[in-house]
Amino acid sequence: MNQFEPKIITFLCNWCSYGAADLAGVSRFQYPPNMRVVRIPCSGRVSAKMILHAIRNGADGVWISGCHPGDCHYIEGNYYARRKFYLLKELLEYSGLEPGRLQFSWISSAEGVKFAEVAHEVIEKIRDLGPASRFIKRLPEVA
Amino acid sequence: MELNDTLRDIAKKLLEEGRVDAVLGFRQSSLAHMTEPFLATTAEQADQLVFNSCCRMNLAVYLTPDLFRSGRPESGKKSPRVAVTAKGCDSRNIVTQIQENRYKRDQVHIIGLPCTGMADKAKLLAAAPEGIDTITEKNGTLILSRDGKETVVSKTEVLQSNCLSCIIRNPVIRDEMAGDPVPELDMDSHPDRFADVAEIEALSPADKAGFFETLVSDCTRCYACRNACPLCYCPVCFVDESRPQWVGKTIAPTDVMAFHLLRAFHDAGRCTDCGACEAACPMDIPMRAFTRKTIKDAREGFGWETGMDLNLRPPLDRFDLKDPGDFIR
Ligand code: SF4
Ligand code: SF4
Ligand code: SF4
Repeated sequence: MNQFEPKIITFLCNWCSYGAADLAGVSRFQYPPNMRVVRIPCSGRVSAKMILHAIRNGADGVWISGCHPGDCHYIEGNYYARRKFYLLKELLEYSGLEPGRLQFSWISSAEGVKFAEVAHEVIEKIRDLGPASRFIKRLPEVA
Repeated sequence: MELNDTLRDIAKKLLEEGRVDAVLGFRQSSLAHMTEPFLATTAEQADQLVFNSCCRMNLAVYLTPDLFRSGRPESGKKSPRVAVTAKGCDSRNIVTQIQENRYKRDQVHIIGLPCTGMADKAKLLAAAPEGIDTITEKNGTLILSRDGKETVVSKTEVLQSNCLSCIIRNPVIRDEMAGDPVPELDMDSHPDRFADVAEIEALSPADKAGFFETLVSDCTRCYACRNACPLCYCPVCFVDESRPQWVGKTIAPTDVMAFHLLRAFHDAGRCTDCGACEAACPMDIPMRAFTRKTIKDAREGFGWETGMDLNLRPPLDRFDLKDPGDFIR
């Protein structure tokens, strides 16, 4: 079967979701291999520039996962991140990004099962959307 | 007394009494429908100050740390004080700059300008295609004259679109007023305040993408919009960063969109909808279509209205446990 395999840039917080990915692996929960993981110190570290950079470079989707509210290693980084992500997601979808290409989750390091489940959902949603077509930086076409 | 006379008297008095080192205001430029920023440092110079419907710039953009370092050398004071004339929106940008620690409240003396809106320069030129020699304002009309020929337009018809949905026309902070406060439009919770944004929100993703691609298609990446904006004071703007290079330098649609998206995002929770960016654009691009979305979201998501209260921290510098979070799994 020849199905579309999306490329998804995944930002995982070192203190929780990255550990959850590890746990999912060690526990042999299966999830599709469409993610390219970037390990980050905190979901608050992710900037609008990074997200747009991934999209401009042809990512079919971007998934950012951090610690549950109240569980941030730096106490409140994810609360600031939540405000930022809300504004950014609204702005990008307002400008034409299809809902679903940009996804967010809170997954603790103990939630290996949740990690595998969310990974499935994120990948299937983006697979349904098909290859990304907007905001991609292509080389200029010269005759 | 005429507003301009009061304004000049205030400026002269401040300078003569040595209470400020300079007065930042507008003066007439060589084109009738334009004014230019002007820093008056003597009482004689203060005579050139004006306020009219062509003062579209936001003077807060000139309140840079440099200005406070480089006052008149003979003043001998360490930190110069500057008076600035401010419309309602300008004053909100001043509040924002103080919240962001650009300078301190007591370093600026704010001369409030009661504002009934700015005339859109494209609309003025369209009303007088032959050109304009002088503009006279009288009871809500603008008289545009050229070679003795007069065109009378009502001010409401030529207003900039941001002035139609202005939420506060009198400065929120001020040390004195150059005229009686004008009545407010009570737009802050008006159902139509964000009608333009809602219209775009209702489009499909493909139509939204098409809409914005057309909207910015004439953009030459001159960055006049950025330079006119009092929020854009970064020592190195993301457009100039090269390692990594966040946005390409070309005018390919994707690079232009990346510029506008990131600029709008940097203004989220900070933009006062002053319209200085659009007024500065040589291509008449209505790029407030991006920033207005962030104003609406900050209001709906965090109950935030920019620059209304000096004592609040900026919205991205704080959070609430009940902030919107439904979009996160
Ligand atoms: S566009 Fe962004 S990076 Fe550039 S000056 Fe404005 S706020 Fe700073
Ligand atoms: S983005 Fe435009 S409308 Fe908003 S504060 Fe800057 S100049 Fe004013
Ligand atoms: S001022 Fe106009 S043309 Fe220049 S960069 Fe801004 S939108 Fe583009």
